Amino acid sequence: MTAHLTITQAGPAMSLQDLGRPGYRAQGLTIGGAADTTAIHEGAALLGQSTSHAAIEMAGQGGSFTASADMRIALTGAEMAASVDGETLVWNASHLLPAGGTLQLGGTRNGTYGYLHVGGGFATPTVMGSRASHLAGGIGGLLNAGDILPIGPDKGTEVAMTLSKGDRFGGGKLRFVASMQTASFSEDSFDRFTRTAFRRDARANRMGIRMDFDGEGFNTAGQLSIVSEVVVPGDIQISGDGAPYVLMFECQTTGGYPRIGSVLPCDLPRAAQAQTGAPLTFEFLEMDAAVAVQNRYLADLKSLKSRVTPLVRDPARIRDLLSYQLISGAVSASTNPFEKGQKP
Amino acid sequence: MTDWPQIRTVGLSGILVTFAAAMNEPANRAALALRAAIDTQDWPEVTETSTSLVSTFLAVDLATTPVEAMKERLEDILKSRDWLAAPLPQGRTLWHVPTLYGTDLAPQLEEAAQVAGVDPDAAIKELCTSRVRVLTIGFAPGQPYMGELSETWNIPRQTGLTKSVPPGALIIAIKQLIIFTNAAPTGWRHIGQTAFKNFRPDQPNPFSLSPGDELVFPAIDRATFDTLSASDTNGGASSEVLT
Repeated sequence: MTAHLTITQAGPAMSLQDLGRPGYRAQGLTIGGAADTTAIHEGAALLGQSTSHAAIEMAGQGGSFTASADMRIALTGAEMAASVDGETLVWNASHLLPAGGTLQLGGTRNGTYGYLHVGGGFATPTVMGSRASHLAGGIGGLLNAGDILPIGPDKGTEVAMTLSKGDRFGGGKLRFVASMQTASFSEDSFDRFTRTAFRRDARANRMGIRMDFDGEGFNTAGQLSIVSEVVVPGDIQISGDGAPYVLMFECQTTGGYPRIGSVLPCDLPRAAQAQTGAPLTFEFLEMDAAVAVQNRYLADLKSLKSRVTPLVRDPARIRDLLSYQLISGAVSASTNPFEKGQKP
Repeated sequence: MTDWPQIRTVGLSGILVTFAAAMNEPANRAALALRAAIDTQDWPEVTETSTSLVSTFLAVDLATTPVEAMKERLEDILKSRDWLAAPLPQGRTLWHVPTLYGTDLAPQLEEAAQVAGVDPDAAIKELCTSRVRVLTIGFAPGQPYMGELSETWNIPRQTGLTKSVPPGALIIAIKQLIIFTNAAPTGWRHIGQTAFKNFRPDQPNPFSLSPGDELVFPAIDRATFDTLSASDTNGGASSEVLT
């Protein structure tokens, strides 16, 4: 029997996600996939495997998971309290989840989406070439307690590797380029948009993120008579009430609201990870500058594997220190140095 | 002297060619024909193509593809023929989708007829013989926007929203019809109910319709509707090759 991971307790918005399902735009289905695509690349780098594997995406809250066999896992995206059988795990790192072990993941601390990857990837059936649930499109669904997820054969063995955590958490600056209706906005309205201090609204999901702000909205003149046009992830759509929405990977394929611009793909993980209330601003870039920024990001993704480093473990935090071969026979391994009252 | 067609970039995600400022039949045909032509030429930079009502979208990674060169190639192809006079692309299908008009399953038929200024029987008579084309697919997977109906049906959206219409609902506004893929709220009026599924992700061909396909919605009674709903015939829909 193949190895599997059983979900014993599930947060309210957990789903399997990969890099999505491109190629169906003409038939009304957007790419979907992980809200934080950088996290998928990091998980692949930590486990030394392909970026095509799916991970469990957890919005806001994690869950509990039990392994049927020894398996490698990696934790990326928004940081969560993580432990295996009570032993704390470092985030943005790979670990061994032993057979019978229970992984506990708590609420997100610095962002919205945490990710759990497994060595070999989840071996659920693909639908139209992807394992990603497209919640808006009606493919797949949320994961629930009791779900048993099969794991593919794992060619790798390395664990306890880590990557630096990245700076995409807690909001910040979203860079954008002009899009179809940018010129329809008055200069004043556009300038005000780039100077406004926005906050991520509570109204946000895998389709789009509403921006909360003080002051009047950002309407254009011909707002209501725009013919329905193509929509792409990153588009900053100004809805009827004048508030911007940054559209995400499960957005519709077409829409009739004006787009003031389009957030660069490299900044969408930052948009996705901003927690409710996190400050966000928009910085306009000309096409040349945007191309340079996006290419730097793509080069960074390519170099992730080379930046994976061994996890330096703090011995004071290792509960069962004595089961590790630390002293290699220099003193008796059966003598417990802590018995004399020295607590780790 | 014409401002059309327009070529615009869409973020770093691609290039859009728009043939008109508002929906019209020649511009819709032009968008379909241009998409077919680009698909035939199989440009290596283009990862996928799609159309909306009056435009053609080319998905191109503009971070790695110089945009000016792409625009020049598009200008050349646009100049090569009169796209507004282009025939519809090949490979289209005509669908017959049995439809229950009115009743409690499609409660806004009478209201829509009233807004259009015709009596309900005349409305059904016209609608069940009207042949419409898939102008574009969007909003939900496989969900068709079909038109154009006669000027009678140039009726506005309702001011409020219907909280939810079920999958297979046939709804109407602005000379267009939509079959809903999933249960969703709408500002259009619910005049008919079909058991047709636009999107069946578990099937080898998950999308029933393509842009350019044509449809008619013959009227059926409640008993027939119930029988078809319970069958696995995709609502009793039948199709024939058009071109």
